[in-house]
Amino acid sequence: MNIQTIEDVVIKFAGDSGDGMQLTGGQFTNNTALMGADLATFPDFPAEIRAPIGTLPGVSGFQLHFGSRKIFTPGDHCDVLVAMNVAALKVNLGNLRKGAIVIVNTDGFDQKNMRLANAETNPLEDGTLDGYVVIKIDVTKLTREALSEIQMGVKEKDRCKNMFVLGFLYYMYSRTLDSTERFLNSKFSKKPDVLEANLRALRAGYNYADTTEVFASRYKVEAAKLEPGTYRSIMGNEAAAMGFVAASQKCGLPLFLGSYPITPASDILHYLSYNKNFGVRTFQAEDEIAAICSSIGASFGGHLAITTTSGPGVALKGEAMGLAVMLEIPLVVVNIQRAGPSTGMPTKTEQADLLQALYGRNGESPMVVISAARPSDAFDVAFESCRIALNHMTPVMMLSDGYIANGAEPWKFPQSKDLPEIPVKFAEPITDGSVYKPYDRDEKLSRPWAIPGTKGLEHRIGGLEKANITGNISYDAENHEFMVKLRDEKVERIADYIPLQKIESGPEKGKVLVLGWGSTYGAIQSAVNQLLADGYSVAHAHVRYLKPFPKNLGEILFNYDKVIVPEINNGQLVKVIRDKYMIPAIPFNKIKGTPITSAELIDVIMKNY
Amino acid sequence: MSEVAQQLTAKDFQTDQEVRWCPGCGDYSILKQVHTVLPQLGIAREDIVVVSGIGCSSRFPYYTNTFGMHSIHGRATAIASGLKAARPDLSVWIVTGDGDGLSIGGNHMIHLLRRNFNVNVLLFNNEIYGLTKGQYSPTSQLGKVTKSTPMGSVDHPFNPAALALGADATFVARSMDRDPAHLQEVLIRANQHKGTSFTEIYQNCNIFNDGAFEVFTEKASKKENDLFVKNGQPLVFGESDNKGIKLDGFTPIVVDLNDGHSKDDLWIHNENDIYKAQILVRIFDDPTVEGHMPRPFGVFYENPNRATYEDLMTAQLDAAKAKGEGNLDKLLRGNETWEIK
Ligand SMILES: Cc1ncc(C[n+]2csc(CCOP(=O)(O)OP(=O)(O)O)c2C)c(N)n1
Ligand code: SF4
Ligand SMILES: [Mg+2]
Repeated sequence: MNIQTIEDVVIKFAGDSGDGMQLTGGQFTNNTALMGADLATFPDFPAEIRAPIGTLPGVSGFQLHFGSRKIFTPGDHCDVLVAMNVAALKVNLGNLRKGAIVIVNTDGFDQKNMRLANAETNPLEDGTLDGYVVIKIDVTKLTREALSEIQMGVKEKDRCKNMFVLGFLYYMYSRTLDSTERFLNSKFSKKPDVLEANLRALRAGYNYADTTEVFASRYKVEAAKLEPGTYRSIMGNEAAAMGFVAASQKCGLPLFLGSYPITPASDILHYLSYNKNFGVRTFQAEDEIAAICSSIGASFGGHLAITTTSGPGVALKGEAMGLAVMLEIPLVVVNIQRAGPSTGMPTKTEQADLLQALYGRNGESPMVVISAARPSDAFDVAFESCRIALNHMTPVMMLSDGYIANGAEPWKFPQSKDLPEIPVKFAEPITDGSVYKPYDRDEKLSRPWAIPGTKGLEHRIGGLEKANITGNISYDAENHEFMVKLRDEKVERIADYIPLQKIESGPEKGKVLVLGWGSTYGAIQSAVNQLLADGYSVAHAHVRYLKPFPKNLGEILFNYDKVIVPEINNGQLVKVIRDKYMIPAIPFNKIKGTPITSAELIDVIMKNY
Repeated sequence: MSEVAQQLTAKDFQTDQEVRWCPGCGDYSILKQVHTVLPQLGIAREDIVVVSGIGCSSRFPYYTNTFGMHSIHGRATAIASGLKAARPDLSVWIVTGDGDGLSIGGNHMIHLLRRNFNVNVLLFNNEIYGLTKGQYSPTSQLGKVTKSTPMGSVDHPFNPAALALGADATFVARSMDRDPAHLQEVLIRANQHKGTSFTEIYQNCNIFNDGAFEVFTEKASKKENDLFVKNGQPLVFGESDNKGIKLDGFTPIVVDLNDGHSKDDLWIHNENDIYKAQILVRIFDDPTVEGHMPRPFGVFYENPNRATYEDLMTAQLDAAKAKGEGNLDKLLRGNETWEIK
């Protein structure tokens, strides 16, 4: 069979949540990364862990975009869809490119599955798939046949269906099975039967594709021309967790995480609890309030303390964040945003907690806010959050979201020696009997970190307003106004210690600037680069430092006729930009629990051009 | 005992801050007893941290010359948990009120107790919200008329000692502001305990709930209404130690020692007996009701054997490190990498 080389492709694996599509997608991603393509992924989980089998809400999807060119997003539309049942097809039909390849498991298209997916007629027969290349495979039957000699229950055999599909796709994309065989060998090393069944199903799928010639040609995507170096695959939450461990190593303080499980933040807690050999202490508290409070206690004790959660948890932490602002102690609060309000849509992505991060506390309670833009960036932002918190004795809010947290991409990971040290100096013991001044300040306006156990530094701090320098309780009118302004100035002054805003792509002056933050990075890059190639005067700037803003941000904004601010919310950064720089920034908002696509962006840029 | 710790006196634990409780408030006495006890513990001042929440009682850290944090309402227990997990070397004291520790902070309290951090909880119970000027609290008596209960409270009150035991506390005691010697003794015991010590201290709020514990604290009524328990001793009380408590099956009953009963028949207090402790803390009669049982004071229960949270945590860290200290470059590389040339 001939092999056709293509530049990039978007594949979506979709099935019932029990079909193992996340694992299949993950394996294919890993294999793709190892052959050197650039990629971006988007896992799309059902809201319920065990949604009814075969129903529309039960569909679990994993989208992978890979190519030999730079890949910015998981892709707007799919070129290939793997649909394990009727529901999986129905849910994803709207997102298929014309002429796309649809691989279906015919066993998932019987009467029962039609009923469960509310389909009146069979989409394989009623013309729904006219105009697509349909490959029909009875995966269930073929998998059972392949495992006929293995002694195990039918239910267990059926669990290997995803490996059959994976093997099939490996053949289709001219891959080898090595990486998945390695994975299976280590995962099932203690269950030889299960291992054998999975390996057989994988090979059966591969061989089936080879012998049946169900498609006209195989495909190949060459390695991408990425910057030379050593790469690994990375997901956002894993990257954040590593960033914290790295910061802990570089500042020489043990890491303490107080956390309470919540989607999509829990993986950071899981990951860090496996890093005890780095001295990482993880404390799963009874709720988010206790989680942040335990971190405040650990920070008071001289540890690098963080707390991780999602929007509802941040709401609960509000009062304690205010305490951290008053105490002026280092603390990193991580919000892996999800669609709100209230419980909202836990598994769907949104960027709607920016205003909460900036303003969501009682009183004048300024806090540093910085945001990750892509999975690997979560590493740098986690590290940077710690650096700022420690250097400036302040709480920092790090923002990420479900899309970044669960998305994967290749990462040219740093070497430990290339990461900057974060020097930390605790206040020195006092032996001459003089009184310690806990709110004395340096040129950054940050106060000393005086940890218990240090002779002569006994002092009391708390949430009550205090006099500067001495830290004694003060209800004095002038003092309160002075302290409010001082705490604000302290955060604003951090602008002197962060990089200037840069332009990601496009001219330094021009017609339209697309100003983004967070996970819209890839979509904006891809849209702007496309328009630049077509000769338009469009630029992209992406804001990492949301409080304080980089000092030159205002200047940049005035270099363009129009500023468009795309966000997965109802217009939040745009409000802050308008407020601070008084420019008529144009909002573009999508609030559907899914990422903004580059096609949508091109559309809105052209409309405003 | 470090040299400095040896030389310390109560005065060393006073701060330059003016104490702002209402004159006559029971908090003064508790502060004085704590200041008396601290120098006897052999702990250097800089190794002690007092963490409090919000309330009149929670002003405590400002008046105690150690490290201290006056935090937010109800959360002292959670902050102390993180501090102790990070710094097992410190002596951590939590000062909280009946509102702070049992209402807004009730959840953190029970979790602190079950985890058994080696910290000391001093719960100042005045059966009222003092700082907010007199609303009923989770320990206020049923029918209590307060600013927010003009027709009397319809909330059934907590029995803090029973609550603590129910949360698997490993040390549960009760004392009072008006009995300095007893309070000091209990505080010393609380500090000696390895694990979370929970000490409920009856404290008079003479402004909003004056006399709430009068029958237990005043000379005239104390003997008849209080039962001071001592390990290994029979439960005896009364004007001339003339009464005792005996167990009739699982039910404690009062017997008259001048009426044919001898001390040998009585319940002998055993601090380490969890079953009997459950009964002891349940002796919680309303003292205004005819024929009521006396209110117990002292150390009700101690389990010296349960591991502390921080010890278990440290053991896991050590075990993980024993298998190989973390290597950042190894972590960053992960399991699979590839080269781009
Ligand atoms: C979040 C929050 N809610 C309410 C308050 C108001 N408040 C302060 S102290 C207190 C009750 C204090 O009662 P208790 O803990 O019994 O302390 P006491 O003053 O009696 O010593 C309340 C309701 C607060 N400070 N913070
Ligand atoms: S209000 Fe009550 S508890 Fe508060 S200081 Fe005054 S007397 Fe003490
Ligand atoms: Mg009270």
